[in-house]
Amino acid sequence: MFTALNTLKKERYILLFSAVIMLMISFPDITFEAGKYVDDLVSFLADNLEALFDFIFFVTSRSISGLTDFLMIIPWWLFIIIIFLLGWYFKSIFSGVLYGIFIFLIGSFGLWEEMMITISIILTAVIICLIIGIPLGVAMAFNKWVSMILRPILDAMQTMPSFVYLIPAIFFFGLGNVSAIFATLIYSLPPVIRLTDLAIRGVDKEVVESAQSFGSSRWQTLSKVQLPQALPTIMAGVNQTTMMALAMVVIASMVGASGLGEQVLVSINRIDIALGFEAGISIVFLAIIIDRITNGIAEKVQRRGGNK
Amino acid sequence: MTVQIQVKNVSKIFGSKPKSAIPLIKKGLSKEEILKKTNHTVGVYDATFDINKGEVFVIMGLSGSGKSTLIRCFNLLNKPTDGSILLDGQDITKCSKDELKKVRQEKIAMVFQHFGLFSHRTILANVEYGLEIRNIPKEKRREIAQQNIETVGLKGYEDKYPDELSGGMQQRVGLARALTNDPDILLMDEPFSALDPLIRREMQLELLDIQERLQKTIIFITHDVNEAFRIGDRVAVMKDGHVEQVGTPEEIIANPANEYISEFIKDIDRSKVFQASHIMTKPNALVSSKDGLNVAIKEMRENGISSVFVVDRSRRLQGIVTIDDAIQGIKEKKSLGDIIRKDITIVNEEEYINDLIPKALESSFPLAVVNEDKKLVGYILRVHVLSGLTSDDVNESEEYVY
Repeated sequence: MFTALNTLKKERYILLFSAVIMLMISFPDITFEAGKYVDDLVSFLADNLEALFDFIFFVTSRSISGLTDFLMIIPWWLFIIIIFLLGWYFKSIFSGVLYGIFIFLIGSFGLWEEMMITISIILTAVIICLIIGIPLGVAMAFNKWVSMILRPILDAMQTMPSFVYLIPAIFFFGLGNVSAIFATLIYSLPPVIRLTDLAIRGVDKEVVESAQSFGSSRWQTLSKVQLPQALPTIMAGVNQTTMMALAMVVIASMVGASGLGEQVLVSINRIDIALGFEAGISIVFLAIIIDRITNGIAEKVQRRGGNK
Repeated sequence: MTVQIQVKNVSKIFGSKPKSAIPLIKKGLSKEEILKKTNHTVGVYDATFDINKGEVFVIMGLSGSGKSTLIRCFNLLNKPTDGSILLDGQDITKCSKDELKKVRQEKIAMVFQHFGLFSHRTILANVEYGLEIRNIPKEKRREIAQQNIETVGLKGYEDKYPDELSGGMQQRVGLARALTNDPDILLMDEPFSALDPLIRREMQLELLDIQERLQKTIIFITHDVNEAFRIGDRVAVMKDGHVEQVGTPEEIIANPANEYISEFIKDIDRSKVFQASHIMTKPNALVSSKDGLNVAIKEMRENGISSVFVVDRSRRLQGIVTIDDAIQGIKEKKSLGDIIRKDITIVNEEEYINDLIPKALESSFPLAVVNEDKKLVGYILRVHVLSGLTSDDVNESEEYVY
């Protein structure tokens, strides 16, 4: 009798226990639609800040097309000579010749104009990156609050899949090069900010102290000592940013950027292996040239810079 | 001697709430106790001393003793947590931002341990930096910078970059850069520690040279006792943030304030610190060159000595007379001038014992010590030279009679 009751009790407990387990396995019926709020925010911004976005659109598209027009005016042989000279000055005569051949090959693929458009998109993106990124990096180095706030944002910018922010880009700027620049910015801004921050904080403490000990103002210390001393590391950031901007050209083409990336997209759609290869290898050539030349500039600066 | 800098109860505490530890310092708790109680590190603990105009004031201590923290308080690279620093009567801890800038630009300049040079600027551009930020016209600052580059002996290197120069030369640039501001006070934070011994010695001498010419007040940090005592007019010894003793090198060696300091100065080369004037004995018997031999013999007899210095009216040294010669001279009816011996060794009162040793060995008479005006101020026996090298009180040998 006594034992029977005991078993009954035991069974009851087991039943209760398994019910709890069942509840813990599947997620409870709680929903939080974070995406919806972001969606609302994006529409709100698109509606209310139209003038601002139009202005940004105007400036950016004008500078891209202006830059493209300028690059297209340059005769093809002069452009090759310029690339050769840059390669020669910053690297070696061999590199100069090689880069010249690369550019000639791209032209011979029939992608000259596309190359120029890609170069102008990248240049515009990089210039905007530097204008925004360097001051932000300096602010991060000087103020730990700015640094605390920016750090997770930068992490998000770098890890968020790029397709995700292509969508709001279309909302703000429509299809075209400007959206591409916007997407490129988000992807390639973090390295220049991070490396500027790192570079400024990495300037030898005694060097900064010595600038202060002569009674420099904060601005004088920054402009005459900290920034020049940090320049080599900042240049490494510029190199990184440029390379990441270049890596974005194909993805950016999805929101309507023209240039080499567009040709890659086209070749995917048409299953055109030949065009795909030509456009792809052209991007590789550009990447090599831009990387080596910006690296060469960084090395030239390094010789006199502070962070060794 | 006028006081230029007054340091009054200066404390510097590192931590999240530095002010909170001040009452504990006032209560007299030790550095360790404060660290345990409040998790704050005491850099400088209640320092009080004066620095005179035109002197080389050395702050000496081992690493972690707070000397670098203290020197940075003089130009507020470190703001003292408590206390005040009066610079020609002006309390710089209460300066506004602009006043502080002015003080740093005009009154006080600093030389750093690792030079702190701007590697992206040429030597000339480094040296003129202090003037550049004061917006002094280009030609003028070039000219002043050029002069200072020449002062430190770097003429011809104006267009080089710091990394093209050796360590010693780089520190000369650091010195020239500090001098270009024409400061009243020069702060030097272990300026020669990063240099090798030979260059260090050379730079020390050069610094003393420049100091002689320009008469700056120099505050000099070092962990090297020998360096401190060689160049310091006065020395402050620091330990664990405390200023343990302030005094001239001779005072500190003669009367170390505590066990720690005597330990610290144990291996100092005394022969390079003490000068002739510290170990000499003032002559209690002298003979004028106009006196007769009888007077000389009387002087020697009364004082129980075997020879006596002869001086002229203005106490300039003429020579020495021994008792044997004098007795012989009286017999032969000679005058003092006939038997005076000129082959004595004369040393300056500022010569170091180190240099006296060979002279004392060679001379058969006591060394005659003269001052700058060639007046006789004292004499030194061989035994004085030796006793000057031991750590006992250097004046004990005074009763010795020859």
